Formats: sequence, structure tokens, C-alpha cells
Amino acid sequence: MPISNGNLLWKTRLFAAIVVLTNVTGNFALSWGIKHGAAMDGSAWSFVRVVFDPWVFCGILLLAGWVLSRMALLSWADLSYVIPVTSIGFVLNAVMGAVFLGEIITPTRWLGTLCIVGGTVLVGLTAPKTEPQ
Amino acid sequence: MAWLYVAIIVVSTVASDLLQSWEMKRQGEVTDFGLGGIGALLKLLLTKAPLIGSIVFLAVSFYAFLALLAVADLSFAVPATALSLVAETILARLVLKERVTPARWGGTVLVALGVALLAL
Repeated sequence: MPISNGNLLWKTRLFAAIVVLTNVTGNFALSWGIKHGAAMDGSAWSFVRVVFDPWVFCGILLLAGWVLSRMALLSWADLSYVIPVTSIGFVLNAVMGAVFLGEIITPTRWLGTLCIVGGTVLVGLTAPKTEPQ
Repeated sequence: MAWLYVAIIVVSTVASDLLQSWEMKRQGEVTDFGLGGIGALLKLLLTKAPLIGSIVFLAVSFYAFLALLAVADLSFAVPATALSLVAETILARLVLKERVTPARWGGTVLVALGVALLAL
């Protein structure tokens, strides 16, 4: 039988949200920093300089938060639970692309978004932690 | 060449996640979320071979993705990530011995399909 209780469920949901938000905002900050200011010309110095761009630096901090929060989440939740549930980040990436970069969301993309949300909810309803087979 | 990069991305993503999940389960549930807890996680990340390996595989996957984008469209590159979702669930069942219920299988396939559709 699955091991589950209310506290574990809410802790899992909180950490899944932190994992998704740090990943999406971290990638966005990196991408924004590299496209708007932190020019890279391929030289070794440009790789050092780019780290000190405020957006890139924030992106690195957020992605460090992503690695640590994912480690904590995986210390109790199943990998087969964490992977699909945190995939909701793909939807947030598409939304951020539409809002901040003016990308158009086609009907096919809306269908894809619905599939991801449906799949995430379906897996999210299962117990995060199960006994090994 | 593109399929070689896809294979590298899928294998390295799966290896990174399996190593991280396996070692963190071995370490036990994290309960300290203060500064001390963050320090302890950082220490684990720098000293435990499976976690160091997971970061190395994550870096390989990231650079292979950049290399793939140089030779293929994003609409081809993103579904590669969807392939790794399914591969990881299969290996979570076989290697980590997780109990993957029909709801989890269904949800994972739905998410993978959605990721592929987003890339179109």
C-alpha cells in the first residue's frame, strides 16, 4: 500500500512548486541576460564576464535553488512521481514565452498544454511515496 | 548527427535523475530546511560520488541539447525531452523498483504527448 499522509502531500506539493518556479524563472533570467546585454563572443573572458551580468547571476542562483530543492524532494518522493509532476514547467515556459516574448500559442500548443496539465494532475493525485516493489 | 545528440540527451538525463534519486533515498528524508539544511545538501552534492555524477550527466545533457539546437529545429529538439520522461519512468520501475501505478503511467504518457505537441 502507498505510504501517504496530509503533511507529506503538502510538503511534496510545496517542494514541487519550488522546483518548477526556480527552474522556469532561472532559465528565463539566464536567457534574458544573454539576449539583452551579456554578450558572449566565445572568448574565455566573455564566459567569466557573463556570470557577473545581474540577470545571468540571478539565473545561476535560481538554478542552484532548483538543484537543491529537487534533491530534497527526491529524498522522499518517487522519481516516477517527480518527473511528470514537475513537467508543468513546460507549460509555464510557453506562457512566459507568450507574455514576455510575444510568442503565439497555436491551437496545437493549447492541446499540448491541456495534455501536460491533465497528466500532471493525474500523477499528482497518486501518493508521492510508495513502498518499493 | 541529430539522433546521436538525442541519444546522448536521453541517456544522460536519465542517468542524472536515477543517480540523484537513488542517492537521496539512501541519505533519507530531508527534514531541515534552514541554512544548516541547505549547507548539508551542498556538502552532499560536493562529496557524494553519485550526486557529483548526476551533476556531470546534467551538464552533458545541457551541452548536448545546445549542440542539438545548432543542427536541428526546436520543434525536433523538445520532443527528445519527452522521450526521456517515458524512459525515466520505465527505469524508475526497473532500477529503483518504484511502484508505478496505471494512473502514473497514464499521466506520464499524457505529459510526454503534451510536450511533443508544444513543440509543433
